[in-house]
Formats: sequence, C-alpha cells, structure tokens
Amino acid sequence: MKVVLRNPRREVDVAGPRRVKDVLKELRIIPETVLIIRGDELLTGDAMLDDTDTVELRPVMSGGGVGPGHLP
Amino acid sequence: MKCTKCGDTAILELRRHNAAFCTPDFLTFFRRQVAAAVRKHRMFTRDERVLVAVSGGKDSLALWDVLIEESYQTSGLYLDLGIHDYSVESKAKCEAFAAARGVPLIVSSVAEAVGAPVPVMQKVTRRPACSGCGLSKRYLMNKAALDHGFPVVATGHNLDDEAATLLGSVMQWQTDALSRQSPALPSTHRRLARRVKPLYRLSERETAAYAFLRKIDYIVEECPFARGATSIAHKEILSRMEAVSPGAKHNFLFGFLEKARAAFERSETVRLEECERCGQVTTGTICAFCRLADEVKRSS
Repeated sequence: MKVVLRNPRREVDVAGPRRVKDVLKELRIIPETVLIIRGDELLTGDAMLDDTDTVELRPVMSGGGVGPGHLP
Repeated sequence: MKCTKCGDTAILELRRHNAAFCTPDFLTFFRRQVAAAVRKHRMFTRDERVLVAVSGGKDSLALWDVLIEESYQTSGLYLDLGIHDYSVESKAKCEAFAAARGVPLIVSSVAEAVGAPVPVMQKVTRRPACSGCGLSKRYLMNKAALDHGFPVVATGHNLDDEAATLLGSVMQWQTDALSRQSPALPSTHRRLARRVKPLYRLSERETAAYAFLRKIDYIVEECPFARGATSIAHKEILSRMEAVSPGAKHNFLFGFLEKARAAFERSETVRLEECERCGQVTTGTICAFCRLADEVKRSS
C-alpha cells in the first residue's frame, strides 16, 4: 500500500494486508497525532488495509510544521 | 470498530472517553462539547456579536463553522502576518471559507500596523518570530474588536494547545501566566474585549477530524517559524503520555482549572492604563506594541 506523509510531503510503501494500528507501529507514529484518511473517509486503528490502498497520515499537531509525532 | 452510540462503523476512536463514533455521532459530540464550553464559562450569547480569529488552520475554521451552524452572530478576523507563501495560502483559505458561507471577514495587516511583516520583525528585534507575532496578534485582535464593536474575541485554542501552554508555564513556574490561563478571560477594562476559547474541551485530533468531515479546506502545513518551538516539544511529550495513559492531557488541564488555578490568582488586580500613544490598554505608559513599532521604525 501507499502511505502518504506530510510536512514534508512524501510517500512510503508498506506491505499489506495489515491493520492501520500495525502500520502506525511500523512507522513509529503515535496514533493520537494523525488522522488516517482513505479517500473521503476516516479510519480507526482496527481497519484493515490491503496492497491496493492509498492512505494519508495527516498530522494534527498545530503550531509547527512538524509532521506526525514519533515514538522515541 | 463500532460506534458507541449507534453501532454503525466508527470513524474515530476517542480513547480518553473510552468511546468511538460514526460521522453523525462524532459531529454531534463535537458540537455538544463546544456548547458545554460556551455555557459553562458564559462565553457569549446569541445576542452578542462574536469576532472569531481565524488563521486558515483547522482549529479556527472548525470553530467558526460550529458557531455559524449554531446560529451565533459571527465575523472572522484574519491577521495577515506577511509570512511569505504561508500567509498567502492561509488568507486565501479564510476568504474562500467566508465567501462560501456568506459571512463577513475582516482582514488586518501586521505589516501595516507595525511597519514590517513578521519575518522582518524577527530580524529587527533579534527575538524569536513567535514573540513579536504573538504580541501583534493579541494587540490587533483587541483593536479589531474595539474598532468594529465586538465585545468578545473567540480563538481556536484546543485542549492540546492549552495543556502544552500549561506544561510550559509549570516548567518555568510562571505564576502570572498560570493565573491568566483560562478558557474565558473577562474584560477588566472598558477598552479590553473578552477573550474565549470554545474548543478547549476538544483535542486537536478531534478538531482535525471535524474539519475533515465538514470538508473544510484548511491549511495543513503549519507556520514555518514554529519549527523547533518549545511548545511543539511540549505537545510531543504530552502526546507520548496520552498514548500510554489516555486522558492524561485532559486530566492535566482540567485538574489545573478545577483544583489549582485559583491558588495562582493574583491577590491584587493589575492596574490597567490606556497607552498614551494608541489608547489600548497597558500596564505602563506606552504599550508593548507601540514600543515594538518604534523599534521597527528606528531600524528601517
């Protein structure tokens, strides 16, 4: 699947099928710091993604162009 | 995951509330949180005109959207900071939002008021851009409210903003700042508009979700000057705490507001005067904004 990240905008490929929460864990992103967007819908952590999906992980943190929050 | 309310497919999980919502139930939840904030702190009534400070970001536009939907009398205020493409894009977002909803938008230019845009102000003062920018925003928000007859200014500060500000103040034990941190600051002078934060009960993930679901076209990229800001570091720390302990931010902020804030309130009220130059409130004779404008003028 294609995962779109912001600030700066970039794309990474992640093998599917996989749940959203596992994709976030692989990318070391704190779930509370992003919206998970597929097309015009929001997804929860248990949603299943497959290889053909494109999902955007849109950072929600305002006050700085820092992208999503990462785990240490 | 199922919606806690109706059992339909959920679109957002709110771990701190031990809940998940579908789109209609999330939008209802969001509006109720705003209504609860407005009611609890008597922020404004439907008979009052409310000036909503908008930046083009998700929080302020989500706030304006909710207040329009709830039939409040609102006008937007966009402060053009003159920060290159960021300001051009954010202004366009605010203008498009206002035009689509047929609501008035007041635009005020920091460069016209101070004599230079924020990037030049930073070079002249040799202080962080956020310093002069914040001072200018507070001044111009109040000035616009006075000039246009608004008794109250509403800003899009959310739960994360407020928790991060609180953490910053506690880390430095800034007791003055702790005494002033509140979802609603009353007018303590005839030339001072009330300032309220109706989103303080909602996290920034919730405001982002609301903006997305309401198809609000907001600027996702943030101010280039905010990179590396201490407030961002505080937000990241709090988000890590939230990840392992859902509700941590809420408990931190609400615990302060309900149990601790009163202990920091000043025993004596600060005497406010009117600036000899511009007439806006100050604790001295010339306000900090006029002094900043002088500094800019001297160097140009």
